[in-house]
Amino acid sequence: MAKSPAARPAEPPLSNRERPAEPKPFEANKDQLLDFYKQMLLIRRFEEKAGQLYGLGFIGGFCHLYIGQEAVAVGLQSALNGDTDSVITGYRDHGHMLAYGIDPKIIMAELTGRAAGISKGKGGSMHMFSTEHKFYGGHGIVGAQVSLGTGLAFKHKYSADGGVCLAYFGDGAANQGQVYESFNMAELWKLPIIFVIENNQYAMGTSVNRASSEDQLYRRGESFRIPGIQVDGMDVLACRGAAEEALAWVRAGKGPVILEMKTYRYRGHSMSDPAKYRSREEVQAVRDKSDPIEHVKKLLEGHGVGEADLKSIEQEIRKVVNEAADFAESTPEPEAGELYTDVLVESY
Amino acid sequence: MAIEIKMPALSPTMEEGTLAKWLVKEGDVVKSGDIMAEIETDKATMEFEAVDEGTIGKLVVAEGTDNVKVGTVIATLLEDGESAADAAAAHAATKDDRPKGDATADESGKTVDTVEDSAHPAQEKVDTGARQLFEAAAHEGRTDPAIPEGTEMVKLTVREALRDAMAEEMRADDRVFVMGEEVAQYQGAYKVTQGLLDEFGDRRVIDTPITEYGFAGVGTGAAMGGLRPIVEFMTFNFAMQAIDHIINSAAKTNYMSGGQMRCPIVFRGPNGAASRVGAQHSQNYGPWYASVPGLIVIAPYDAADAKGLLKAAIRSEDPVVFLENELMYGRSFEVPKMDDYVLPIGKARIMKPGKDVTLVSYSIGVGIALEAAETLAGEGIDAEVIDLRTLRPLDKQTVLKSLAKTNRIVVVEEGWPTCSIASEIAAFVMEEGFDDLDAPVLRVTDEDVPLPYAANLEKKALINADKVVAAVKKVTYRK
Repeated sequence: MAKSPAARPAEPPLSNRERPAEPKPFEANKDQLLDFYKQMLLIRRFEEKAGQLYGLGFIGGFCHLYIGQEAVAVGLQSALNGDTDSVITGYRDHGHMLAYGIDPKIIMAELTGRAAGISKGKGGSMHMFSTEHKFYGGHGIVGAQVSLGTGLAFKHKYSADGGVCLAYFGDGAANQGQVYESFNMAELWKLPIIFVIENNQYAMGTSVNRASSEDQLYRRGESFRIPGIQVDGMDVLACRGAAEEALAWVRAGKGPVILEMKTYRYRGHSMSDPAKYRSREEVQAVRDKSDPIEHVKKLLEGHGVGEADLKSIEQEIRKVVNEAADFAESTPEPEAGELYTDVLVESY
Repeated sequence: MAIEIKMPALSPTMEEGTLAKWLVKEGDVVKSGDIMAEIETDKATMEFEAVDEGTIGKLVVAEGTDNVKVGTVIATLLEDGESAADAAAAHAATKDDRPKGDATADESGKTVDTVEDSAHPAQEKVDTGARQLFEAAAHEGRTDPAIPEGTEMVKLTVREALRDAMAEEMRADDRVFVMGEEVAQYQGAYKVTQGLLDEFGDRRVIDTPITEYGFAGVGTGAAMGGLRPIVEFMTFNFAMQAIDHIINSAAKTNYMSGGQMRCPIVFRGPNGAASRVGAQHSQNYGPWYASVPGLIVIAPYDAADAKGLLKAAIRSEDPVVFLENELMYGRSFEVPKMDDYVLPIGKARIMKPGKDVTLVSYSIGVGIALEAAETLAGEGIDAEVIDLRTLRPLDKQTVLKSLAKTNRIVVVEEGWPTCSIASEIAAFVMEEGFDDLDAPVLRVTDEDVPLPYAANLEKKALINADKVVAAVKKVTYRK
């Protein structure tokens, strides 16, 4: 089937409706840049280690790595108010938790199915939560988190707690029916929610333009009157800038907004995906030209951060990740009795 | 010959109504489509249109008359060249032709002879399976012994009891809200949420678009965020579109999160066969949801249980599937007049004690079981009737204790036989009560087919008291 390539320019739709302003890249100072760099590097090294532990048999089942997409979670979540705002995502969730500063040890221990894991070892890679951080998972059914996130936004509005929900989903989930059911209600009720489409170009093995009649996904809200913004998801400053613009729109009571983050995953869909649907050259080209961590590294060099400083950061992070891995390998599995706990909250 | 205009049936379960207002008077010329009257059913006020053209001859039933049975002649319409006198004569003639003494069951369950006057004629009714269920649902169980003696009892419909339960819980807890299709401005597709919008406003009584998957997810997410949603499905048949959120999101998240993420939500609405609505609108989902760890599943029979259990469901920290029954909504039962009537979840109720055989049922099947028990009593068989009330967790102890006394069990279930609650009871009774059994456990269920529309086939497909009586005779080895 002939299909024109997805190379159309990302121009805003012609409309006389009010729209958020075009976001500007965030102007980060040196400390902020260092912070972004460390967080992204932590995610990268953590995920590489998780891949390694999977190969060694410590991690089982499905394991979806976030390598390549680090700038999205770090840039967006850095703009949130941790006391009021909520986050929900799908199964590729390790990066979003790390971006919240949650202890890598208990995340890795969840991946190895241990009692010390954040879900007591009963959730696994796809099902991690931290109500303390208002991180609501960690959902394995593609698209489910969009309706659930709309429910979290409903709660923010109902309780008038000032919070906004950030609901992440992929380009694959963008074709699920419940996403549009949620768009409709979110705009109808002017709910405080930012729909974040992490467009990493492939829904498992199917590229966006093989699956989507409108492959400019930021336009997917148009028939619901939800404005959309396309963002360079490989640039943490662009991500942060877009988040601020989106938050300003939502916090002003103007209803939901869609952010399409153009990003790329370097690894397969999950650990068991050989990724034969794209060429090695394609992946290498993105790594060479658009890597989000290399980008910040260059900016840091501009701020006078030298090779030695970067190396010490690298060592520090490797140490954290290695400790997390050691912990996750050695901490005990859940007690047998845990099998029967947490099915219900109450006894009847 | 004058045309007789009869009291119409304006819903599948309407038996009678109030002729609220005449919008025409004698001598008026009407044509098809003109609105002639306003008729109040148990759910709504409906406009009644003319079908034929002519002149209104006589208004037989005065406006403001209550309890006008479906089929009663309420007016006559004169065609060209007829006079009012002709019409009166015609009306008298038809009155004489009517058969006498047609028996119908009234609300109290007694069989009464229909009085043959113009206000209460023999109504033409199709004998359906749903009608058998509906009529059996006139049976009341003995008063729940848990209700303190001397408590004042009031008659309430199941519909009113459910509404009261929601209203009381909403008054007590601001986190409780209701969402669903037509729950607010329309006052509920089946009028269960009647009056809630007026009392609580549109912040807490929320009309949704027709978008079951979406609003089930929104409700579940709101529960995860800390609210206590009541999500109404217009019927549980439509919840199939949303079953992913009920099971994958609501039921499993507490476990998957190691107890961090609670989901205190109630999914409620009518379940099971209604009257003549065909296969896609007539299914009992009790066994489906009862198979899922992480859910509470409740299916009450009478109004008191509907109220006490819905209040318990709303207060529960766990996700609850609350299965109502459309045929039961209009049925009235005694409900204790108490400030806060809350029942325990997971406890069955003995509706009628007995010693010869145990009939286990839930929801509308309880009426059938009680009717069968009445017939059996006449034949010297003393049946104990258990209403499970909660399908998950199942109250096995009450069933096993009864079995130890009667040594025989028949399960009565308005639903399919395969992988049913009846199957589950047969299994655990065999595992845990084998030595108490003097006969095999028998299941009286609907036939294993999609529910047909044709009245005779529908009747054949659904359970009735005769089928229960036959099964009891088998397990008691009686002819």
